[in-house]
Amino acid sequence: MNLSILLSAIVFWLAAWAFNEWLVRQRFLNPAANRAARIAVPLIFGATILVLWEGIVRGFNVPSVLLPPPSMIWARLISSVPTLWADFRQTFLKSVITGYALGCGLGFLVAILIDRSPFLQKGLLPLGNFVSALPVIGVAPIMVMWFGFDWQSKVAVVVIMTFFPMLVNTVSGLAATSHMERDLMRTYAADWFQTLVKLRLPAAWPFIFNALKINSTLALIGAIVAEFFGTPIVGMGFRISTEVGRMNVDMVWAEIAVAAVAGSAFYGAVALIERIVTFWHPSVRGGQA
Amino acid sequence: MGEASILRDRLLPIGTVVLALLALWYVFVVVLNAPFERDTAARAGTTISFAELLPKTMAQERPVLPAPHQVFAELWDTTVNKAITSKRSLVYHAWVTLSATLMGFGMGAVLGILLAIAIVHNRAMDRSLMPWVIASQTIPILAIAPMIIVVLNAVGISGLMPKALISTYLSFFPIVVGMVKGLRSPEQIQLDLMHTYNASATQTFWKLRWPSSMPYLFTSLKVAIAISLVGAIVGELPTGAVAGLGARLLAGSYYGQTVQIWAALFMAAAVAALLVIVVGFAHTLVLKRMGARA
Repeated sequence: MNLSILLSAIVFWLAAWAFNEWLVRQRFLNPAANRAARIAVPLIFGATILVLWEGIVRGFNVPSVLLPPPSMIWARLISSVPTLWADFRQTFLKSVITGYALGCGLGFLVAILIDRSPFLQKGLLPLGNFVSALPVIGVAPIMVMWFGFDWQSKVAVVVIMTFFPMLVNTVSGLAATSHMERDLMRTYAADWFQTLVKLRLPAAWPFIFNALKINSTLALIGAIVAEFFGTPIVGMGFRISTEVGRMNVDMVWAEIAVAAVAGSAFYGAVALIERIVTFWHPSVRGGQA
Repeated sequence: MGEASILRDRLLPIGTVVLALLALWYVFVVVLNAPFERDTAARAGTTISFAELLPKTMAQERPVLPAPHQVFAELWDTTVNKAITSKRSLVYHAWVTLSATLMGFGMGAVLGILLAIAIVHNRAMDRSLMPWVIASQTIPILAIAPMIIVVLNAVGISGLMPKALISTYLSFFPIVVGMVKGLRSPEQIQLDLMHTYNASATQTFWKLRWPSSMPYLFTSLKVAIAISLVGAIVGELPTGAVAGLGARLLAGSYYGQTVQIWAALFMAAAVAALLVIVVGFAHTLVLKRMGARA
């Protein structure tokens, strides 16, 4: 047990906490300083967690098989960039992106197709809602059996996982316009297509982006978990499950760090596009997306 | 009008879609399983007519896609015909998964609510914790599942607890987000009223914030219980297929027992539906006791 490291970590934690408490009570006259303080608070909190993690692991001499310190994970991350990049390409660029585009696209198209049939909507919507609550990830072994070990089976899992949230959200988004607005389009003698493009799709964007954001997380989870069921010797899920078996926990954490950064960046990109497309929405105009 | 509209608006459309899906399923059964039968026939040196092929595609032992009636026969066989304590019983496996789900869900709900209360009452917590709670939703937590299981096994914690912890981890995020929104949902005018009554923070919490957060709580509970089931199932994958629905899935995929996989999938779906319905029922009950209109 190394008391001095532990103590300095705890001191850092208390100091950062006090500084954060002080920071949230400040009212800066300069709006830029205000914004900087807003961003600084969560960053300091994140840094504190890392320091505390490092301090506890080193202070109590926790075996690195259980929990490696962040510095060790970082070293492993730097030293195995080629492996991580290969895994990232296999899982993220091939499986996730393809499956996400296909699944969201299909969900959107089906929603547009059933738009003119209230009967089909009434039949498909409750089913779509029901499927969203199911552990869809369970189809992974079946898809691996059908489409083989390579990325095609992962794409299939991702498509199935992302299809239903997109369908349900698009249908409810298309229904979001009020009678008044649709009547106005009627008085303009707009046909179904014009009403769709000029009124109902723009009104549906917030719903569609909601689904896109949910799906960005689901897609990554689906691809990684599907790799637990069988994969060629590359991929994030494969690496995680084999390195756990070999007790290389630092490699697992490095892979998780890559997955976390990729997932957050993916989500952030979708959120950014949302801000640009739905600039008129109250939640964006209020300054917080 | 009442009954007729339920028939017209719900049963008829949903029934039609379900029937269409079943019919589509049977078509795919024939299409996907036919090559195998043709192969066997070719190997035996005979050709097989479509009329002979059709029934055979629906009765294979390890079909590419099992027919619905095969899946339901397997379901019936493994739930009703086996003693529930037997390892061959699907009820036994479902119970293993369900207990981990409920335990994880319970811990996740308590943790999520406590965290939300802290966030609402402390500005520093709000500013520093909330962005991370949201960011953590974008991280594929399930990817950590195998490591949590193996590491906890190494420390000597095994069985129900590791799976429940994964469920906890997955289920507490939606509860935190929903509860923070719910606890903040009272309007300023209502808070001001509590202020004029000279109500303490505790009183404001119990008499205003807590009741008004209930609809938000139950909405996120529904999401949370669905994903804590997913967490429990995925948590069973790396333990070496001992017990539980996830283990059934993995064992089925190792040995090519497609019927078993599909039966486990349907069981998981039934459990998920049951859990969501129970939470929904509790929601209506609580709202009714609080005097909301039905």
